[in-house]
Amino acid sequence: MTLIETRQLVKTYDVGDEGVHALENVSVKIDKGEFVAIMGPSGSGKSTFMNIIGCLDQPTAGDYFLDGQTISGLSRDDLAAIRNQKIGFVFQGFNLLSRTSALENVELPLLYNHVPARQRKEESLKALKMLGLEERAYHHPNQLSGGQQQRVAIARALVNQAPILMADEPTGNLDTKTSIEIMELLVQLNRDSGTTIILVTHEPDIADFSKRIIRFVDGHVVSDEEVQKS
Amino acid sequence: MISIFSTLRIALRALWVKKMRSALTMLGIIIGVSAVIIMLAVGTGVSRKISSQISSIGSNLIIIMPGSTTQGGVRMGGGSQSTLTTGDAEAILRECSAVAAVAPMQFGTAQVVFGNQNWSTGIQGTTPGILEVKDCGLSAGRNMSDQDIRSATKVCLLGQTVVDNLFGSMDPLGQVIRIRKIPFTVIGVLESKGQSLGGQDQDDTIIVPLSTAQKKLFGRTIPGMVRSIMVKARSSEELSVAERQITDLLRQRHRIGPNREDDFTVMNLTQVLEMAEQTANTFALLLGAIASVSLVVGGIGIMNIMLVSVTERTREIGIRMAVGAKTWDIRIQFIVEALTLSMIGGITGIIIGGTASFILSNVFEIPSVVSLPSVLLAFCFSGLVGIFFGFYPAYKASLLNPIDALRFE
Repeated sequence: MTLIETRQLVKTYDVGDEGVHALENVSVKIDKGEFVAIMGPSGSGKSTFMNIIGCLDQPTAGDYFLDGQTISGLSRDDLAAIRNQKIGFVFQGFNLLSRTSALENVELPLLYNHVPARQRKEESLKALKMLGLEERAYHHPNQLSGGQQQRVAIARALVNQAPILMADEPTGNLDTKTSIEIMELLVQLNRDSGTTIILVTHEPDIADFSKRIIRFVDGHVVSDEEVQKS
Repeated sequence: MISIFSTLRIALRALWVKKMRSALTMLGIIIGVSAVIIMLAVGTGVSRKISSQISSIGSNLIIIMPGSTTQGGVRMGGGSQSTLTTGDAEAILRECSAVAAVAPMQFGTAQVVFGNQNWSTGIQGTTPGILEVKDCGLSAGRNMSDQDIRSATKVCLLGQTVVDNLFGSMDPLGQVIRIRKIPFTVIGVLESKGQSLGGQDQDDTIIVPLSTAQKKLFGRTIPGMVRSIMVKARSSEELSVAERQITDLLRQRHRIGPNREDDFTVMNLTQVLEMAEQTANTFALLLGAIASVSLVVGGIGIMNIMLVSVTERTREIGIRMAVGAKTWDIRIQFIVEALTLSMIGGITGIIIGGTASFILSNVFEIPSVVSLPSVLLAFCFSGLVGIFFGFYPAYKASLLNPIDALRFE
């Protein structure tokens, strides 16, 4: 079942007088339950692509269907609702709210989904527990290690039971050992919960954890192939 | 939109993180609100004091003074003519239906002596009607009688200040004091009325029968002439009627032709004071308006800080948007933050302003009354300031592009 489909996606940035084409006619289909890595050198458009399919940004032209629903032309608030309910984000810089406990960071998507306070806390604790962080629930991000912070971010991405998890260089700020831990966590999530995972990375070792690799160069898709597991 | 309780918690935490900044921003509102409270309190206090003055000089009071004389082109000023007589006073009481009481007055200053004490004070020669005209009671003794007037007995009523200065703690009733060396028996003590508007001590006075004053104390006056006539109208509605009736009557009695000027002046004292009260009210409003300018300045301070805060917290806004915060979630968050600043500032300002007014009236004896409407006004106004000046930064924050906000360094 197709979860994500883009048709002739174009994204142009205005820099000075001439437009810079970040994406040119990108057509991609991703099915439910896939684990896709998007690779490419910096400036290849891979992040732009992820931002658009993550409903954080709007394409200049082309169509985007998420779960059978067309995304082009939706209002800001409609996009916010889709992000809230269908997509969980994990960023390179963790993007946790500082001076706010891990628990409250995880609660954020539920807060904006109007879940009552008691239920918010319950579900967030459950998500933290799943990631082995129940004892760190009341720690602030600056009291946590990089790996722990990233796991809080993953808990936040999962707490609303979003079917899609998008990770933009999730291991970029982590050492090798922690990187592998995080990636194994994602693999496990994909395998056990059927969460569709879209991963942006430029590291081949990290991409190898996925099942399918899409490569971008200069705003074009240059290859799209299954990962051969050895 | 998310619940107001969660929003408030987020706002309080954000403000708590920047304690110094929040406190300084609030200070602007605190100063503004307390200034408004104090100014309105002093204004209300002064106008209430004037109201109490109005009742202390006697309500619905009209004073008739003789007109001015002109001698060889030199105008002598009000009261320089001696045109009013006791007959005029009696006629006014008899013929003007809107008049309740009349007191013809003769006055001067004299040295009074009791035992080894002496004191200089104002002597008012008048008739028993004076107490009704001035709304003044007796704290001891009795009023003068018509018999006292007819036979010019040497009796007197003393003001409280005179009693204090001559008798100390002694009971003055029945004692004999000497006014200009003439012995007078004290028959009563006037109730204390405090200071008049001009700061004059209204208790520093002695009242004696008019006839006694004319014949024995101020002997040089033309017999039957009085310096002024005080009149009390039946009600405030009838004040102007009384004024007209008196003017008509006196013009007739003084045989003044149709196109000639009055040889007397009728003054409506209550009206004068009511105007003073109105002026005080206007003044209070003006002071309040000036103070509210500082409240607006405080509001601009809030806006300034909120704008800085939006810039500093761009990433936070981006994160919130990424996980699903809608336009109004972000807007409400910043508006509630601004509102919290202004409301805490407002409440603190009300407390400080209230305390300051209390100190003003109790320690420095400047009349000031904190009224409920002024508190409500200040409270609502500070709330409005918060919403008004919080809206633009909130609006700005809500329009950020989520991806730009997330990437903001």
